[in-house]
Amino acid sequence: MARSKSISIIILLVVIALFILSWVIKATTFESDPDRISLWFSVRDAFFITMAAFLTLAIFSFLYKDNPYYKFAEHLFVGISAAYWMCVGFWSTLVGNLVPNISETLSTFFKVPYKGFHFTYFVPLILGIILLMRLSSKHGWISRWALAWIVGTTAGLNLIRYLRTDFISQVSNTFVPLLVDWKGVGPFFSDFSLSSTGQFAMTLSNWVIFIGVFCGLIYFFFSKEHKGIFGTASRVGIWVLMITFGASFGYTVMGRVSLLVGRLTYLFKDWLGLIS
Amino acid sequence: MKLKTLIVLMIMLLMSYVPAMAQGDPDVINPEDTTVAEVITPAPATNLSASDTPNDHGHSIDLSWDLSVDDGAGMNNVIGYMVYRATSMDGPFESRSGLLLKTTDYIDAGAINEYENGYMPDHTDYYYKIRALTADTAVYSDSEIFGPIQSYGQWFNWERLAVLLMVAGFLFLTVFFINKAKKGADLFVRRLAGIEAVDEAIGRATEMGKPILYVLGLGTAADIATIASYTILGRVAKKVAEYQTGLIVPCYDPIVMTVAQETVKTAYLDAGRPDAYNEDMVYFVTNQQFAYVAGVNGVMLRERPATNLYMGKFYAESLILAETGTVAGSIQISGTDEISQIPFFVVACDYALIGEELYAASAYLGKEPLLLGSLKAQDYAKAGVIFLAIIGFLSLMFGYDGITDFFHVR
Repeated sequence: MARSKSISIIILLVVIALFILSWVIKATTFESDPDRISLWFSVRDAFFITMAAFLTLAIFSFLYKDNPYYKFAEHLFVGISAAYWMCVGFWSTLVGNLVPNISETLSTFFKVPYKGFHFTYFVPLILGIILLMRLSSKHGWISRWALAWIVGTTAGLNLIRYLRTDFISQVSNTFVPLLVDWKGVGPFFSDFSLSSTGQFAMTLSNWVIFIGVFCGLIYFFFSKEHKGIFGTASRVGIWVLMITFGASFGYTVMGRVSLLVGRLTYLFKDWLGLIS
Repeated sequence: MKLKTLIVLMIMLLMSYVPAMAQGDPDVINPEDTTVAEVITPAPATNLSASDTPNDHGHSIDLSWDLSVDDGAGMNNVIGYMVYRATSMDGPFESRSGLLLKTTDYIDAGAINEYENGYMPDHTDYYYKIRALTADTAVYSDSEIFGPIQSYGQWFNWERLAVLLMVAGFLFLTVFFINKAKKGADLFVRRLAGIEAVDEAIGRATEMGKPILYVLGLGTAADIATIASYTILGRVAKKVAEYQTGLIVPCYDPIVMTVAQETVKTAYLDAGRPDAYNEDMVYFVTNQQFAYVAGVNGVMLRERPATNLYMGKFYAESLILAETGTVAGSIQISGTDEISQIPFFVVACDYALIGEELYAASAYLGKEPLLLGSLKAQDYAKAGVIFLAIIGFLSLMFGYDGITDFFHVR
């Protein structure tokens, strides 16, 4: 136990030493930079760049296992972001939206342009106060009214939005001709082409849409057991879904790789200066 | 002396003036020498008409006109058009558009709210003219003034008639099936493997003496996926209360946290264990996506929950969460309607509820008439989509696109 503690302390000292060394070297390289007007700026910028690099490495250390450096970075990240979003919420929602619409005095106080008195803004204000009633053990039940309002209203609004954007769009986008530019069997074979904009490719594409939507919807049919021909269609549906998910997976993984490249670029270029 | 000086000065002044006359000083105009550049004014845009924009909330006017005959033909010196508007026939007119190239229509839409810049009040007389511009900014021609015209909002957007019919149909089906369920009809819902595994997972956690981690995702309290997730959370919390297992619910959104606290509290009450409810089971982490992930990952590795449930709206954090859960050795069940994230849950979780299965799960678990009725209504709505799709295919095959147009909603 004591040995483990000693090793931890030694590692900590090494990390601190490396941090200071990196900081000093970075500040020294900055000193020769003509764009930096004083030593203070060099030291400050070098500190932040080194700190960001060390925090990146601390987060990466999670790949090995949970450790105190990861915990430090995690707590710092969570704490700072929570505080940051609280400030953003206050300044953008309360000061940015509410104050300019209810009080000229407060608008002057917070130095935001007054937009005139709008009674409707009292609705969210009152709901917000009701929500805060949770803090009272005696009157906490009142907050349920605000919650019911928020969930009920937005769910109702979302019903229309989803129906329009997801459901009806899906219906209308499924309306495709199963035979594109059909002029008969003869012209189909005489003008046959594998071009992506050709008649064959377009027709095939529309058939895939038709069968995919048809079988996919059957998979999501919960009122009937998936047996017999219904089960077969459902299995085709899940195949279509899985192929789509596979393509989506590959696409998104490539996006994640680019994020990793961005982070490595920061480490090797901005911090270590190994890439020009 | 003074007189001599005055005479000399007068002679000098006269001498300086004469050459200037001879050289054609720009300040001195000689009508015979002056040549005026020829200004060719283009023909104006014609047939300007304006009307209130239909099917909108007002504050907008539709304009249309015919191109100038000198646009692309004739003198071919028109480079574009600008829309001008005034509140009286005599002006002053102010420009309402940028340079419009080869354009014969324009929607003049203003701000809706009085305190916004560019506010355009309804029920006000507006006068419009179209200016045909040339490369020389001083040379242009205005169309005849059109007006007065007023903007106003419509009560009904006819372009969304399909939405109204769909909503009405869906509501009818929902009410019908809810009533049927309330009367005791046995509404069948097929087995969902992912949901059946929930009870098994809770049992596993109880046997291992470890908590259950329930993640509601990054959605707001009003997202459909989050609402479905509340129902599942209620069911899980009730079981947890009965089995006296631990429950951890880290939240991303403060409102979601509040609703989740209420849900869990009610579930403990229903299970007859209000004393076992601890408000700290459901807590707020942060409102920043990856900071939230870092926090939840930390919980997974330190608390080592036996079961992780991810139900709700997830984005880029889905794979990070699911991977960490795998590393921590937890059994994992997920459900989201976010299509781009389902693949990650499929590969990294033991069970994954795909899209609408998440909504079905809440009905399946709850067995409440309200939820079962709406699930049945959804099934019939899907059958309706299949029917409409077939009708659409057939109509397009026969060259009729009226049905397709009806469902193209802006």
